[in-house]
Amino acid sequence: MTTAPDTLAVRVRRGRQQRSLAHRILRSPLGAASLIYLAAVTLIAIVGPVLVPYDPMTASLQDVFAPPSPEHLLGADSAGRDVLSRLVVATSFSLLGALITVVVAAGVGIPAGLIAGYRGGWFDSLSTWIAGLLLSLPAIVVLLAARAVVGPSLWLVMGIFGVLVSPSYFRVVSSAVQAVRAELYIDAAKVAGLGDARIIGRHILSVVRAPAILMTSGIFAVGIAIQASLDFLGLGDPTMPTWGSMLSEGFRNIYRDPTLLLWPSIAIALTCVAFTLFGTSIRDELERTGDRGRARSAAPWAAPATRPAAPERHDSGHAETDPVLTVSELSVAYDDGESGWTTVVDGVSLNIAKGEIHALIGESGSGKTQTAWSILGLLPQGGSVVAGSIKFHGDELRGLDPHRLSQLRGRHIGYVPQEPLSNLDPSFTIGQQLTEPLRVVLGMNRAAARDRALQLLERVGIVDPQRTYDSYPHLISGGMAQRVLIAGAVACEPDLIIADEPTTALDVTVQAEILDLLRELQSEAGVAMLLVTHNFGVVADLADRISVMRNGSIVETGPTAELFDSPRHDYTKSLFDALLDDAPARGAWTPREVRA
Amino acid sequence: MSTTLANVDTDGTPSGSSTPLLEIRDLSVAYQGRGLARRRIPVLHGVSLDIRPGETVGLVGESGSGKSTLGRAVLGLAPVTGGGIEFDGEDIAHASAARRRELAADIQVVFQDPYSSLSPTLSIGDTLSEPLRARGVTRRDAEARIAELLDLVHLPKDAVRRLPREFSGGQRQRVAIARALALEPRLIVCDEPVSALDLTTQARVLELFLEVQNRTDVAYLFISHDLSVVRHMSHRVSVLYRGEIVESGDGASVTSAPEHPYTQRLLLAAPVADPAVQAQRREALARARATETSGNQAPAKGTTR
Amino acid sequence: MVPRIHNSHMITFILRRLATGVAMLVTISITAFVLLNLGATDTARRLVGQTASAEIVARKAAELGLDRPLGERFFEWITAALTGDLGRSWQSGQSVVDAIATRLPVTLSLTIGAVIVSAALAIALGALAAGRRGWTDRVVQVLSVIGGAIPGFLIALILVLVFAISLRWFPATGYVRPEDSLGGWLATIALPVIALSIGAIGSVAQQVRGSMIDALRHDYVRTLRARGLPHHRVVYRHVLRNAAGPALSTLGLQFIVMFGGAVIVEQVFSLPGIGQSAVAATVVGDVPFVMGIVIVTAILVVIVNLAVDLLQGWLNPKVRLS
Repeated sequence: MTTAPDTLAVRVRRGRQQRSLAHRILRSPLGAASLIYLAAVTLIAIVGPVLVPYDPMTASLQDVFAPPSPEHLLGADSAGRDVLSRLVVATSFSLLGALITVVVAAGVGIPAGLIAGYRGGWFDSLSTWIAGLLLSLPAIVVLLAARAVVGPSLWLVMGIFGVLVSPSYFRVVSSAVQAVRAELYIDAAKVAGLGDARIIGRHILSVVRAPAILMTSGIFAVGIAIQASLDFLGLGDPTMPTWGSMLSEGFRNIYRDPTLLLWPSIAIALTCVAFTLFGTSIRDELERTGDRGRARSAAPWAAPATRPAAPERHDSGHAETDPVLTVSELSVAYDDGESGWTTVVDGVSLNIAKGEIHALIGESGSGKTQTAWSILGLLPQGGSVVAGSIKFHGDELRGLDPHRLSQLRGRHIGYVPQEPLSNLDPSFTIGQQLTEPLRVVLGMNRAAARDRALQLLERVGIVDPQRTYDSYPHLISGGMAQRVLIAGAVACEPDLIIADEPTTALDVTVQAEILDLLRELQSEAGVAMLLVTHNFGVVADLADRISVMRNGSIVETGPTAELFDSPRHDYTKSLFDALLDDAPARGAWTPREVRA
Repeated sequence: MSTTLANVDTDGTPSGSSTPLLEIRDLSVAYQGRGLARRRIPVLHGVSLDIRPGETVGLVGESGSGKSTLGRAVLGLAPVTGGGIEFDGEDIAHASAARRRELAADIQVVFQDPYSSLSPTLSIGDTLSEPLRARGVTRRDAEARIAELLDLVHLPKDAVRRLPREFSGGQRQRVAIARALALEPRLIVCDEPVSALDLTTQARVLELFLEVQNRTDVAYLFISHDLSVVRHMSHRVSVLYRGEIVESGDGASVTSAPEHPYTQRLLLAAPVADPAVQAQRREALARARATETSGNQAPAKGTTR
Repeated sequence: MVPRIHNSHMITFILRRLATGVAMLVTISITAFVLLNLGATDTARRLVGQTASAEIVARKAAELGLDRPLGERFFEWITAALTGDLGRSWQSGQSVVDAIATRLPVTLSLTIGAVIVSAALAIALGALAAGRRGWTDRVVQVLSVIGGAIPGFLIALILVLVFAISLRWFPATGYVRPEDSLGGWLATIALPVIALSIGAIGSVAQQVRGSMIDALRHDYVRTLRARGLPHHRVVYRHVLRNAAGPALSTLGLQFIVMFGGAVIVEQVFSLPGIGQSAVAATVVGDVPFVMGIVIVTAILVVIVNLAVDLLQGWLNPKVRLS
């Protein structure tokens, strides 16, 4: 049931998952550094105020602007207050202020987001609107206005700021919930008889947890910054030492003693950066967007220990005098960094003669699409052709310089992809997308390219070519999009078309039409085609020859009629056995009593 | 034998049969549109269908036909705007949330996508215990039942502690089937349960469905776009086209000698894995299309989309 | 698609956005007016001094209209506001519109300057990081995270300390109007603009990078390359265009953030923008002036959002045509 690449991927992922999140964050240097710093700052905030040598508010005339000394390790400020004591006590107030913001923001935003995301409806519309409103005004302007009403209370102002930033939680949570709500497992839980509270608790909170943690660390940073700015502007509570008020004090004496500015600046900057880095390292770990594992493998690719057996050949004498495409002993592998190489295609050989349709059939993970992409030279990042050769009209494509390969693709090899709509750029009209290669690759002028594109659209059976030409992709149906993509593939009158599951995403009635179109175009132009598919019906309909792939290798190859008549390899036989084409219908139903 | 829309009601039902387990009458479903205008988008128009205990009724249609919506309406996941759904004589089209939760014991589901139908963060054991715990089954009893279920769907016992990502598509679908069977339901809505699976896996999962039905006498509403799958699985088949049932009758006739032109085209359009037969089919389809365009007996709208 | 259909879609699109903007303005003015006036009872005392008798305070309150019903005063305020009159400052007696009009250009030139600088740098950095990946990506990411985390006014302080006070490359404080000396103006706004930009560069660059990496994974990238288009053309024409939408939204949000940041940064550089007077008005509780600043800010936000939406519609046909 499980194909080899599948199990491998599974094993790698399981290993990763077993380490806890905390463990993984500590492994990343930035995450560990920020976590340690934040732990230290929190400790200072809690025990610091008890330990400080001086009262942070007591002025002392003889210590005004005292330089650092054993009594005053960081010196004293313009009122002779001990800078170190103030800095430590300010840590408590600053963190507490930010904590209020976080608690209020989370307390308002998370429940609202959960309800809006899960229930939708009017509550969603209303709260989304309010969220937009709150986010639209600059917080500092609103806080200035609020300060005019409530006076210089740190706690109240930070609480109001919490309300102002609560939309950040709201948006993150409600969009996460909305995404999950559409998942089938939520439907399955409903059908299983679970109540809403249980569904939210079991399925939804776990999804919200990660973005909420990320958001919390971000809001801590913002809370510290905004509080510092308010105090810096002189709008804070003058009876409390905070980083912001120290900054303000330092700024007023910037010419007299710039170091007064230094300590609170360092405290604010480091704390904000630490919170943000902590958040990003959590996100990186959760999303794995960081490229830490991208280091190249130390060892070059080596062929896997088990070599694929030679395929069953139905016509050993089949030799092409002038094949369009000759693939021999092709291996494709992905560089997984530390864990070495994953080989997805191994020892594949095939020939395609002029005007021949060669089908590559296999189940998911068999390497058929990887083979197609490697012929185009368009393997995804990390993948490369590690062995063998790909010859097009006798010229080696492997190792060809990108520019030459690019030209070859545009002029001589066409590509029909699987998913029609995702293969068109949503931001450009169909016409723009068809004419761009004609102009760039074939050097046509605007008018000629336009005429040619319209001709092509008509040729692939589009009823109103001009209308389609002017349309954006989201306005046309899947079948039509596939016709457009076929038009794009044949635009340069290629010698070879690589068709990767060209009808898999389509309804069967549309599939029949697209198969007809491919057959017509192919016989008209005598173009060779590599047809990648998992559907034996499609193969029977189109192909001249078949190669059956399994686990990255070809197990059996031969002319379509012969291979269908007498499959030799056990795997091919098992595929044919699984077909339901000739299976008998179920028959009539009988009541249980009768059956028993 | 097969019937077209005109006389769909009693044909196909052998005499002396027990009363239907599920009876859908004139069902209409419309989704609420987005935006200020909030126009309703109709998906099903007056669909009727019934299923007897232990029976499999296949529902075939292409994308946009409303076949999944019909299944979702039975499950209470789609807004019913007209007609009724009776389960065991009770109208469940507008059942309350509390009643819906109770119905979980009788009506269950297996969805198409084996990847998104299992919560990625819950172990297989947790997923399977969910319906049981929701009904107040004790932990110990639940564990015993889960062991039974895993055995029933041929999964190893140690699957309990593992996460969905450690399993292949076919194995996940077995878990989904086990979850559906946990409360010994009388009806399972199977919404394209094998269309995401590879050929060989598909065959094995279909066998499992048949085996489970033989053992438990559960009824299936088997929804699929694949005529050959439906044919293999169903006692009776209904064909859905643009929110309406265009043909229904016993499985063999609807899937081998359809009467409605749409069903005929559907049958001819699916390529068969035999080059010679397929060549004949291709010609037949071309002929059918030609008569359709000349004879103008095509379904409401063309399918050249 | 006939062009005429585009236009009618575009007009409904614009009208809808305008209506949303107006609804937002109305809500903000009502909320702000009610809240500010609820807190305005102490203002009369603050204006006449803590030692004044209750009678004098009451007379001042009556003079400011604080004894009349709130609804009546709001109606008065909004009718005047619609004709472009936002009342007079309680503190200075100056027309609020005039006071803001002389100060707004300073704040706006900082903000717009910062938007231009940060957009240019952020797109370049984001595209570089997404295109190169590897260590370039890593460096850009860490720098932009750090840049985005440090508050703008703190960067301003550091810039003043280093470039104005220690190195004396730029003036530390003061403002030269562009009509007096273009060079002088540039010199006075250079440091504030840099201070404001750094945070925005970080977050916009992150967004550009993220959405470009996203867009690079799309199937159409492979298909376009399969048609013979060179990699760089696909990246700069197709991928960047598709990634521009989210980046633009972030930039719009950053405009608002930077406008708020400008209020504080002005204090650091002693620039005569609306920041200084806003702080003064806040401390006294000068309701008409604070109200004026809130409304002007809200109007700015509506304009910026509309501009972002229009650009978004131009970039993304789905927005425009649905």
